[in-house]
Amino acid sequence: MGWRITLRPYVLIVPALLLTCGILYPFGLGLYYTLFDFSASKPQPDMVRFENYRAVFTQEAFWNSAWVTVLYAVGAALAETVLGVAVALLLHRSTLIGRVLEKILILPLMIAPVIAAIIWKLMLQPSVGVVNHLLRPFGLGGVQWTDTPTGALLSSIAVDVWVYTPFVAILALAGLRSLPTSPFEAAAVDGAGWWYTFRRLTLPMLWPYVLVAVIFRFMDSLKVFDIIYALTEGGPGDSTVVLQIRAYLEAIRFQRYSFGISYTIVLWAVVYLAAMVLVKHLGKIQRKAAEVTT
Amino acid sequence: MRKRLVGWLCDTALILYFVFALFPIAWMVILSLKPADQLFSTYFSFSPTLDGYRTVLGDSEGIPFVRFFVNSLVVSVGAVVLSLVVGLPAAYASARWRFKGSENLMFTLLSFRFAPELTVIIPLFVLYQKLGLFDTYVGMVWVLQLVTLPLIVWIMRSYFADLTPELEQAALLDGYTRKQAFFKVALPLVKPGIAAVSLLAFIFAWNNFVFPLILTSNEAQTVTVGALSFLGGDRPKYNLTAAAALVSVVPPLLLALTIQRYLVRGLSFGAVKS
Repeated sequence: MGWRITLRPYVLIVPALLLTCGILYPFGLGLYYTLFDFSASKPQPDMVRFENYRAVFTQEAFWNSAWVTVLYAVGAALAETVLGVAVALLLHRSTLIGRVLEKILILPLMIAPVIAAIIWKLMLQPSVGVVNHLLRPFGLGGVQWTDTPTGALLSSIAVDVWVYTPFVAILALAGLRSLPTSPFEAAAVDGAGWWYTFRRLTLPMLWPYVLVAVIFRFMDSLKVFDIIYALTEGGPGDSTVVLQIRAYLEAIRFQRYSFGISYTIVLWAVVYLAAMVLVKHLGKIQRKAAEVTT
Repeated sequence: MRKRLVGWLCDTALILYFVFALFPIAWMVILSLKPADQLFSTYFSFSPTLDGYRTVLGDSEGIPFVRFFVNSLVVSVGAVVLSLVVGLPAAYASARWRFKGSENLMFTLLSFRFAPELTVIIPLFVLYQKLGLFDTYVGMVWVLQLVTLPLIVWIMRSYFADLTPELEQAALLDGYTRKQAFFKVALPLVKPGIAAVSLLAFIFAWNNFVFPLILTSNEAQTVTVGALSFLGGDRPKYNLTAAAALVSVVPPLLLALTIQRYLVRGLSFGAVKS
């Protein structure tokens, strides 16, 4: 009987383990490929050790991509956090209008990001798009949304914000609704103003919830692909070529497999480090929030 | 008086955000109903027609959109079913027993959620060509595990952990075997959770774009890639693109509205419980 008890969890987990190995295998294979100069034109590759990585780091294109990726991720995560928390605070007031709107809050979040990008691409067309048509009365009818480097980056961030703001708002709203009421009652008795209450009570207690959302959003937007692919394909020039798009162009379009994978391995390392730092920070914040509550 | 003004301002701000959130969807509806000759001549006044939908669903542009739609259904359902079969026992085991390596395995699973997709896809692109899995249902269902399995395992684990073990123990005392206790006691209690997480996993699988983009070409292509094909060509067909986009978002939107209550836990991988 004894051995059966200890074996049971392993038996239950084996299928998942096998599947996990099935996913880890291509990942390991990818790592292995980066040590070779494997491409469609060279099906019998030679071992080049870390030459691919050296090439990545000495390329101007890589640093441009890294910069664009960071700009995108910071911009999107920041805008979504501010807007999402604001929307959550407004919905938390629970007015009649808020309760109606809350039911449809998640709609953009459930639309595939690539479809969202297609929708906005149609709307942002400079000459026939509806956005410029609506701006025309204000004398802004000729904005070249996705045709200038800055415009293209801001437009793609805007699509990201459109899709993912509800994500932050939903988590923040769940946080707001689970906050204890007694500190707020005490603050009200002491005659604390709205701003003071928000800064000293709401925000510190809400922060752990918001941070979970920020972690998800920041790490996801570091590896953005769909939105950029459909909206700008990395253009104009290479102003929106984020790392995953660069990897795609290298590996799939130019069929330099090893080199393309090297890009994604570097990105994976960055995402992993960012995750470690953020999760550590999350633990600290959660402890702090617990102090405010008690 | 001041209070009323503030309330009014807040409501206005909220409405403004929702205009931003909903206008694009409404605009797609309008575009999709426009006849081809009124696409660019007018904005809000036109004579609505269903021609756009007829063209898209009638495959008359040489883009077999209905087949893509069926493909999306097949691979998404397949991915969710496979994830449930292997994921539920794993979630249960990791919630009920602490054993060597269980935490590591769980975090390895979670790390898939944050890995850049192309790290796995590019090697798979090479591998699938060799194995004959390129552009097949099996290949797609397999790779979609990256999306569905971590979600299902992590969330179901948090549901199982919330169950008191006493119920299962009582069942064991009544002479149930472990297996029966799992199937007859634990599983029925987390049924709502299973339903919600399955639908959420389905939505994410359905909305995936990068896997079918690289690992399919035609036979197993899905709606997310298909919708993009209408933008090709020198005269982009706005009404068809809009119709295709709308048709492809119908299933996820309908499902999403049915699982509102479970979304917080689902979206945060069990990190936040409402």
